[in-house]
Amino acid sequence: MNTPSLEVSGLAYAYPDGHQALFGVDLTIGRGERVALLGPNGAGKTTLVLHLNGILTAGAGTVTVAGLPVGRKHMAEIRRKVGIVFQDPDDQLFMPTVREDVAFGPAAAGLRGAELDAVVERALEKVGMTGYADRPPHHLSFGQRRRVAVATVLAGEPEILVLDEPSSNLDPASRRELADVLRSLDVTVLMVTHDLPYALELCPRSLVLSEGVIAADGPTREILGDEELMNRHRLELPFGFVPGSVA
Amino acid sequence: MGAGHAHQLYRRGDSPVHGLPPHTKLVAVLGFVLVVVATPREAVWAFALYAALLGAVAARARVPAGFLLRRLAIEIPFVAFAVLMPFVVPGEQTSVLGVSLSVPGLWGAWNILAKGTLGVAASVLLAATTELRALILGLQRLGLPSPIVQIASFMIRYGDVITDEMRRMSVARRSRGFEARGVRHWGVLAKSAGALFIRSYERGERVHLAMVSRGYTGTMPLLDERPTTRAQWAAALALPLAALPICILGRTL
Repeated sequence: MNTPSLEVSGLAYAYPDGHQALFGVDLTIGRGERVALLGPNGAGKTTLVLHLNGILTAGAGTVTVAGLPVGRKHMAEIRRKVGIVFQDPDDQLFMPTVREDVAFGPAAAGLRGAELDAVVERALEKVGMTGYADRPPHHLSFGQRRRVAVATVLAGEPEILVLDEPSSNLDPASRRELADVLRSLDVTVLMVTHDLPYALELCPRSLVLSEGVIAADGPTREILGDEELMNRHRLELPFGFVPGSVA
Repeated sequence: MGAGHAHQLYRRGDSPVHGLPPHTKLVAVLGFVLVVVATPREAVWAFALYAALLGAVAARARVPAGFLLRRLAIEIPFVAFAVLMPFVVPGEQTSVLGVSLSVPGLWGAWNILAKGTLGVAASVLLAATTELRALILGLQRLGLPSPIVQIASFMIRYGDVITDEMRRMSVARRSRGFEARGVRHWGVLAKSAGALFIRSYERGERVHLAMVSRGYTGTMPLLDERPTTRAQWAAALALPLAALPICILGRTL
């Protein structure tokens, strides 16, 4: 059996102000899986995400990425392996041009010259943004910016791609384009989202994080179909959406 | 680099001047300005020669005279002072068209006007042929400390983002019936400015998070490391080197 892309066990965390956000989270994501992380606001989703690449350090428990424990020792390697795409692309894209932004991670890892150019080119190709390398991010549409944000992370050839609300603020066409991109990638994906139809469309498996623990773990269709479970964790489907009716 | 929507001073082109590495151009402009400033003001002919040199560079860079002259307007507030000098500086007086003017004042005004205009013209030429982003990379290659380079880069990247945020806040204010009409409304504007500052500060924190997540450890990787050839240096330094003998001549004559 392959080493899983991500293994979290007994993860607990309290913020410095004493507010406890995670109470022992256990989850395993196998290589190549696409998993949705669902949960109401304040469930601890973002806190969990920030543990995956060691921005926050666990109070208790462990996080292991492709067999490598998240800790000070392997931080550079972990940050390369875990590619987090943040919700606001204007936060994610901090360099003056798309090319420099996509090159940032690999260049920080020491790549230069033609090799670096090739990595950038490949990453932009994967998200369908090849022609935009020399544009400043501010002059792209929101959907394009989000795709570039995905490219900046893909350039590091991550083991696992973590997306925070990937469909937020996207118009339906951009939302669908991003879904096409995500489906075409050969990488493990953990997608934090409130967009339940999107989760169903892209992720065969879902986790429900509620009050700092994993409250459910199973096929997305079953979770979304379990009305009692959904209500208990403040999850609601959009009006008129019936998970069973979607092919 | 060919970022679209560059700053207003930039004029897209592929002239030999555009193609020079930015740091060589920075050194050239600095050298030229120092030479101009070191020239005694009495050597009027020297300043004409300097202007001709800049004209030659502009022609080479295919920057039209109109473009250059319009952008020289930025100098006007600074030379306003120079215009006053002939009237206020004490000393020997002379009469021009019946108006009594001070001779040292006239020389002083000429000095500021000539040297200022040449300096601004050289800078406008630099800005017209070098993108803002490239200028900062040039400064980085010249050894500008990394934190300053990073701050400047973020200004370029986030200037528009923050301006947009400001515009949205202004729209939101006006949508709720607020029009800033006088001193009484400054309080609201000040609070908006404060809110904008906090929002930007928080964005800064989120950006830092995104940077750290992608392997940032305190320095920006220098992406363009193409070595500068001797020919490029020679081409860039041709301007100050041509100006130097004029200056020396002006000082000795």
